[in-house]
Amino acid sequence: MKTILKTAALQLALALLGLAMVYPIVWLALSAFKTNQEIFGSIRLLPKVFDPSGFVNGWRGSGQYTFTTFYRNSLLLVGGTVAATIASSTLVAYGFARFNFRFRNVLFILMLSTMMLPTAVVVIPRFIMFRTVGWINTYLPFIVPAALAAHSFFIFMLVQFFRGIPTELDESAFLDGCGSMRILLRIILPLAKPALVSAALFKFIWTWNDFFDSLIYINSVKRYPVSLALKMVLDINTSIVNWNQVIAMAVLAMVPSIVVFFVSQRSFVEGIATTGIKG
Amino acid sequence: MRTNRRSRVAYLYLLPWLLGFALFHAFPIFSSLWYSFTNLRVTNAPRFVGLANYVQMFLHDPLFPKAMSNTLIYTMVAVPAKVGFALVIALLLTIRTRFIGLYRTVYYLPSILGGSVVISILWRFLFMTEGLMNTIFGALGAAPVRWFDPNLALFTISLLPVWQFGSSMVIFLAGLKNIPQELYEAGRIDGAGRIALFRHVTIPLLSPIIFFNLVMQMINALQEFTSPFIITGGGPLHATYLLGMKIWEEGFSFSRMGYASAVSWTLMIIILTLTVVVFTTSRFWVFYEDGKKA
Repeated sequence: MKTILKTAALQLALALLGLAMVYPIVWLALSAFKTNQEIFGSIRLLPKVFDPSGFVNGWRGSGQYTFTTFYRNSLLLVGGTVAATIASSTLVAYGFARFNFRFRNVLFILMLSTMMLPTAVVVIPRFIMFRTVGWINTYLPFIVPAALAAHSFFIFMLVQFFRGIPTELDESAFLDGCGSMRILLRIILPLAKPALVSAALFKFIWTWNDFFDSLIYINSVKRYPVSLALKMVLDINTSIVNWNQVIAMAVLAMVPSIVVFFVSQRSFVEGIATTGIKG
Repeated sequence: MRTNRRSRVAYLYLLPWLLGFALFHAFPIFSSLWYSFTNLRVTNAPRFVGLANYVQMFLHDPLFPKAMSNTLIYTMVAVPAKVGFALVIALLLTIRTRFIGLYRTVYYLPSILGGSVVISILWRFLFMTEGLMNTIFGALGAAPVRWFDPNLALFTISLLPVWQFGSSMVIFLAGLKNIPQELYEAGRIDGAGRIALFRHVTIPLLSPIIFFNLVMQMINALQEFTSPFIITGGGPLHATYLLGMKIWEEGFSFSRMGYASAVSWTLMIIILTLTVVVFTTSRFWVFYEDGKKA
C-alpha cells in the first residue's frame, strides 16, 4: 500500500513537471491562432475560433521582404554551414583518430581547449577580419569557419566515435591496397553514419537558433535569416500590440527544430549523452 | 620512412582545422588583447592608448560594475539551480517508473529551442504583467507579480536556463547508467541504506559529470546575450544588463571596439579564474576512476 502511494506521488510529480515543460510551448502554439484580444487574460488553451490571420499578416514580414525570403536565407545559411562543418570535421577527426604523428597530443589538447574558449573574446577581431575582406552581409562568416572546422565540438564528437571502430578493418583494407582516403570513404564513413547524422542535427539546430552571429554579420533585411526577421517582427508589432503575428512567426520558426528532434530523437539523445557536452 | 609519410598525410587531414585554429582562434585572441589597449573603432585604425580602456572601465563607467555584478548574480542563480534540478530529476527517473522515455522527451523539449529568439519571445509573453504567468496566478486567486520590475527582472531572466535543464539531465542519465550495479549490491550486503548508497556510491561516481556540467554551464551563462537582449533589452534601469550585452553595445552599437575588447578580455579573465577555482576545489569532491582523489 505504502509503495503504491509512493509510486503514485512520484508519477504525479513527474507528470506535473512535464506539464510545466510543455504547457508554455503548447500555449504559444495555440495562441498563434487566437485574435489579439483573446491571447492574454485567460488560461484557456484552445482559441474560440481558429483565426489564421496572425500567420497571413505575420508572413508579410517587413512588407518589402516576406518570410519566404527569410526562410530561403536561413536554408542557405544553415545548409551551407552544416555541410561545411560535417565535411571538415570528418577529415580532421579522421586525422586525429587514425594517425600517429608528432605533436598529436598537444594539438588534440589545443583542439579541446578551444571548446572552452569564450566566443565573446574572439568576436571583435573576427568581425574586423571579415569586414576587411568584405564579407559582412554575406553568409561567408558562417560557412568559412565551418569549412575550417572552427567549431571543434564536432571534431571531438567524431573522434570519439571513430575510435570505437575497430582498426582491424582499416588494416585489412590497407593490405588490400586501399589508400587512407579510400579507407575513410569506404570503411569508416558507412560505419559512422549515426554519428554523422547526430552531428549534422546538432549543428542544424544550433545554427538555426543562432542569433548573435546573425545580428553582427547580417545588416540588410534582404539577407535576414529567420532569427533576425523574428526580432524585427517583434520590434515592429510590439508597440501596436499585434501579438498574434509575432507569436505565429515564432511558432513557425520553432517547427524545424522540433520536427528534427522528433524524427531523430534517438540519435539526438544518444549523441548528447556520449559526448556529454553543451546545451 | 613510412611513418614520416603517414605523418605528412595526417597533417593534410588536419589542415582545415590548423588553418581554422590559426585564423579564428589563435589570431583573434591575441588581436583582441592588443585591441584592448587601443582606441579601435570600426572607422579608424587602432592607436595605442595604454591602459585607458581599463581605467575607464573600472573607474569611470558605472555600467561596467553594474553589468559585472548582474552577470555574476545571473550565473550564480541560474547555473546551480539548473544543474541541481537536472541532477534531482535524473535521479528520480532512475527509480524504476513507467513512461521514463516519455518524460525524458518532454523534459528535453525546451532545450531543443536553445538560446533562440523564439524562446526569449515566449519568456517575454509568459512573464509580462498581463502574461500567462499572472493569468494563472489570477486563476489561483493570487495577486499578479510584476516580473520585469527592476528588482525582479534579473531573477525572471535566470529562470529561463533552469527551464532548459533537459540537456544537463540527459548527460546525468547517461552517467547514472554507467555506474555498475554490483557496487550497489556490494553496498547493500555491507548493510548500507539508501542514503548511504547515494552518498558513497552515486555521488562520487557521478562527480566528474557534475563537475563537467557545472563548468560548461558556467562558461555559457557568463556570456549570455540573447535572452536579456530580446526579453528586456537589458532594462529596466539596466537591471538585466549583462557583460555579453555590454560587449555588443560598446563594440557594435557605439563602435568603440577597443573598449569592447577590454571588456571581453576582462570577461575572459573572470571565466578563467572561475574555471580554475572550480578545478582547484574539484580535487576535494571529484572522484576519478583510478581510486584516489585527483
